[in-house]
Amino acid sequence: MTAFLNQLPIGLSIGAVLMLIALGLTFTFGQMGVINMAHGEFIMAGAYTAFLLQDMVLALPAAFLVAGVMGLILERSAIRHFYGRPLDTLLLTWGVSLVLQQLARDLFGAPNVQVPAPAWLSGGVGILPYNRLFIMGLAVAGVVAVWLYLTRTGLGRRTQAVVQNRQLAATSGIDTGRVDMLTFFIGSGLAGVAGVALTLIGPVGPALGTYYIVDAFLVVVAGGLGQLRGAVLAALGLGLLNSYAEFWSDASLAKVIVLAAVIAFLQVRPQGLFVLRSRVLT
Amino acid sequence: MIKRHLPFATVAVIALVAAPLLLEPFRLGLLAKYLCYAIVALGIGLAWGKGGMLTLGQGVFFGLGGYSMAMYLKLTEAEGGLPDFMVWSGVEELPALWVPFANPVFALSMAVLGPVVLAVVLGTLVFRQRVRGAYFAILTQALAAAMVILLVGQQGLTGGTNGMTNFFELFGQDLAEDSTQRGLYLVVAGVLGVLYLATRQLVNSRYGRLLVAVRDGEDRVRFLGYDPALVKTVTFAASAGMAGLAGALFVPVVGIISPALLGVVPSLELVVAVAVGGRHVLAGAVLGAVVMGYAKTAFSEQFADGWLYLQGALFIVVMTLASKGIAGVAQTVAGRLRSARAT
Amino acid sequence: MLELRDVQVAFDGFRALDGVNLTVPEGELRFLIGPNGAGKTTLIDVVTGLTRPAAGSVRFAGQDLVGRKEHQIVRLGVGRTFQTSVVFEELTVVENLDLAASFREPLWALTRRRKGVSEAVAESLARTGLEALAERPAGVLSHGQRQWLEIGMLLAQRPRLLLLDEPVAGMSKDERERTGELLTAIAADHTVVVVEHDMDFLRRHASTVTVLHEGRVLVEGSVDEVSVDPRVQEVYLGRRADDTVGERS
Repeated sequence: MTAFLNQLPIGLSIGAVLMLIALGLTFTFGQMGVINMAHGEFIMAGAYTAFLLQDMVLALPAAFLVAGVMGLILERSAIRHFYGRPLDTLLLTWGVSLVLQQLARDLFGAPNVQVPAPAWLSGGVGILPYNRLFIMGLAVAGVVAVWLYLTRTGLGRRTQAVVQNRQLAATSGIDTGRVDMLTFFIGSGLAGVAGVALTLIGPVGPALGTYYIVDAFLVVVAGGLGQLRGAVLAALGLGLLNSYAEFWSDASLAKVIVLAAVIAFLQVRPQGLFVLRSRVLT
Repeated sequence: MIKRHLPFATVAVIALVAAPLLLEPFRLGLLAKYLCYAIVALGIGLAWGKGGMLTLGQGVFFGLGGYSMAMYLKLTEAEGGLPDFMVWSGVEELPALWVPFANPVFALSMAVLGPVVLAVVLGTLVFRQRVRGAYFAILTQALAAAMVILLVGQQGLTGGTNGMTNFFELFGQDLAEDSTQRGLYLVVAGVLGVLYLATRQLVNSRYGRLLVAVRDGEDRVRFLGYDPALVKTVTFAASAGMAGLAGALFVPVVGIISPALLGVVPSLELVVAVAVGGRHVLAGAVLGAVVMGYAKTAFSEQFADGWLYLQGALFIVVMTLASKGIAGVAQTVAGRLRSARAT
Repeated sequence: MLELRDVQVAFDGFRALDGVNLTVPEGELRFLIGPNGAGKTTLIDVVTGLTRPAAGSVRFAGQDLVGRKEHQIVRLGVGRTFQTSVVFEELTVVENLDLAASFREPLWALTRRRKGVSEAVAESLARTGLEALAERPAGVLSHGQRQWLEIGMLLAQRPRLLLLDEPVAGMSKDERERTGELLTAIAADHTVVVVEHDMDFLRRHASTVTVLHEGRVLVEGSVDEVSVDPRVQEVYLGRRADDTVGERS
């Protein structure tokens, strides 16, 4: 029973990290039809920012900025020419991802580095270690912030309008280009924050992003495109499933189980948990 | 008729006659390796180029083929005993999964049937629910990621991270002999040639037209009375079978199969190769695999780190500037020349 | 031949069809009109399996259509066109038609090359007058020609019931005229349901008209009967000016 309970904070914190990562992906995918494989490298950039600063409090906003600006540059320089062509953006951004990984290898070396956790995050209450609690807190804060942005600010409402119907939004005078930039900035920034969170539970390496990007995309698929609720629920579900699948079978089967579960889920809900209803025949 | 087959005949003569005569054994072996990748690329060209299914998990099918072949080779060498890596990882009895692979017919059939069955299952589940496009790409990529973790984790069954290597003979032939390797090269080149002709025939048939129609308007095709899920599943399975066969040929040619050869990155690399060669034309896919294979070897020999930059950069350039790849550029140039001559 | 009973369709609470009853006997040319949002396209979607009704039954030649997949309904002999014509631009006109004509063949039979032009395809080409363009890719066709190709593909399917969704939308006067003739010729030996906005076109070619309004059948009768009906004038003809634009309803 204790072993079973011990698995809970692990699953929840993996879910929390996936949530932070998938938030950006689901909106860039849903809003712009872009599959950004380089999103994983924004995680890595956030983690290396934490490594360079060696200060958790400072690292969070810094990582958000670094990853956000990287996303902004990528969006402006390349991706915006590929809107609505998800497969092409997938391959294009994979090229970017390769370059960024090699860049990290050249800058920081190929071996993993360790970011020492701050003293105030060691220890825990009961079965909940502080570092994992902190990660969950980060995810909750990130989700609430995104939710407030989407529902309470003018720009956020415009973002939702663009997600639902880009053309209509554009013809009603919304500057879709600006909305897209901002979405990309925030989404990439959150990936950076996820990177900082990951330094609390493991080492940092140039390939850090590649371990999480595939699962994060599965979250998007299971949650439904451009859906905040969907991303949150699917991230938690996959995070927990991941940790309990490892617990019940062995670690090597966990990913197979997760993938099988996602495919089984798609048999019931082919478009994910939540769907934007439209009558358009694509 | 003769004119139409001339380009293929020329390439076939160069590949089957000139290359084995002119290339030193080491280079010929490399070419055989690229041709194995070209078989996978041919399948990607069919599924993605013609059918619009971006499959990022071809490495999985390649791996199933490769591991089937490797298991057979290991068992013949063990001569009733245990394969070397099992002894090292403390396995005492041959796992039941391995037993039938001592039979070469079974092993070779599984190299193709295994991938086909997996593709049919996945395709049926996914395409019937109208999951497609990027969703499909993501699921196949997740499959590649899961497969690697599975292979690495099942050390006693699969040889773990190192995979399987140290193969000495195939059907009684010494794999270290140049003549064996030359023979293998001819087999690989022959298989590629036959598969290329068959695939081209398929693409030019009415089935090929249907496939293009499914790619460009799946929902419309339903109202023509066809089930797009069936068309896509059959095509996906064919490309998986080709990848499996390529994997089975790869193992005796290169002498190793390991998770690193079939994960997310190698699967994507092959898609990259197809895009560079030109996804819209089957020959472009084949060419892309050979060119990228050669480029990778050449650059890795010179400066290993540079390859990733170059590959990444090449890909960004191809996607942004020449999305139809080498074949597209060639067609444009040929078209210009023709119109220049006409005026 | 086609019988809809109490068909209801709801999109997020909005009732697109609210208890529609419709019977189309064999051999009839039926026009379906109504203001935007009346549910005309939704009705065709329900018959062809694109939209599943929340309640009611759809029967065609004695068979229940509800719950069947789109391609299965086509195989029963129900064909349709779309408002925005979708033809396969990379394929030639003949290839488009051939694809439409061969769905009854097993998949493996399609792996052979097409030899010549089948009877159904030749007939479609002749009826739609696209012979001269037979070997051109469909991507080069004009808007009107695309609509004809779409109708030709429908004919090549040899269906028993044809559903045409605004076949003359966006066409020039001449093209409308030719489409009307084509329609009359097709109606001579097929059961046809046409959704159309254009009143002139209707007067010239329609015999029986069903008027839909807010998801219900308002009136049914001959063109003359319908056009003098005060209810129709109120909901439809009174707003004719903005309806001729031909948006998706």
